[in-house]
Amino acid sequence: MIAGEMERDTETLDVRISSDVRHIDMVVADIVRLAASWEYQRKHLALNLPVALTEALSNAILRGNREDPAKSVRVRAELTAERLVVEVSDEGVGFDLAACTADPTAAGNIMREDGRGLFLMQKLMTRVERFTDGGNVVRLVLHRG
Amino acid sequence: MSFSVSQHGDVAIIDVEGQLVVSNRQELKQRVLDEVDKGTTKVLVDFAHAGYIDSSGLGVLVSLAKRIRETGGDLRLANLNEDLQTLFELTKLDTLFQISETRDGALASF
Repeated sequence: MIAGEMERDTETLDVRISSDVRHIDMVVADIVRLAASWEYQRKHLALNLPVALTEALSNAILRGNREDPAKSVRVRAELTAERLVVEVSDEGVGFDLAACTADPTAAGNIMREDGRGLFLMQKLMTRVERFTDGGNVVRLVLHRG
Repeated sequence: MSFSVSQHGDVAIIDVEGQLVVSNRQELKQRVLDEVDKGTTKVLVDFAHAGYIDSSGLGVLVSLAKRIRETGGDLRLANLNEDLQTLFELTKLDTLFQISETRDGALASF
C-alpha cells in the first residue's frame, strides 16, 4: 500500500432517481467509475456492468414504476475487492424472475423485439435475485474474478 | 450519444456514437425509418465509435431489420468490437444479422 493511501474494505453508493430513463446513464456511469477504481476487469467495466445495470434500471422505471413521475427508483451499490452488489428497488408489484426469463435465443423468439433484458442480466452477472423489501428489489451480484 | 446519417451510393450509413440504449433507441429508429421512407432499402449501421448496447437497442435493430426486409432490402452491421460481438453471440443475433468487420466490407456486401 502506498504511504498515506486509505485502505478500503467496502465502498457504497446510494442514490434515488425519478422514473425517467434519461437518468439511467448517469447512475450507470457512477457505478462503473466506482468499479474502475477497484480495478474490476475491463470487460466487466465495458460490457457486463453497464448493460446489466441499464437493464435493471430500465425495468424498474418502465415496468416497475411505469414511468410514473411520482415514483422513484433507489439504487444501492456495495463494492469490495471480491464482488459488487447492486440493488435496484422500484415501487412496482414485482415479478417472477424465472417465469419472466424466456429464452430469447430460441428459434421462435429470435425475431422478437423484446424479451432480452432479464436474459442479458443473468448472462452478464454472476447472480441475479429478486425479492420484496418494502418495494420490488432486483439484486445484481458480480464477482470481480 | 448521437447518430449521424450519410449516403454511399444507394446505401444509407448510420454511425452510432456512444451507447445505443433505452433512452435513445427511438431516435435511431426514426433516423432509419426516415431513410426507408425516402426509398432506401440498404442500410448499414456502423458501430466503430459505439459504446455498449442494451436489450432495447438490440430490439430496435431487430425491428428495423424486419421492416427493411419486408421491402426487399436489408440492414447490415459493421465494426462490432469484441464486447458487442459477445453481446450478439449471447443473444444469437449474430445469426440474424450480416455482420462485417469493416465498413468497406459491409458496403461491398450489398
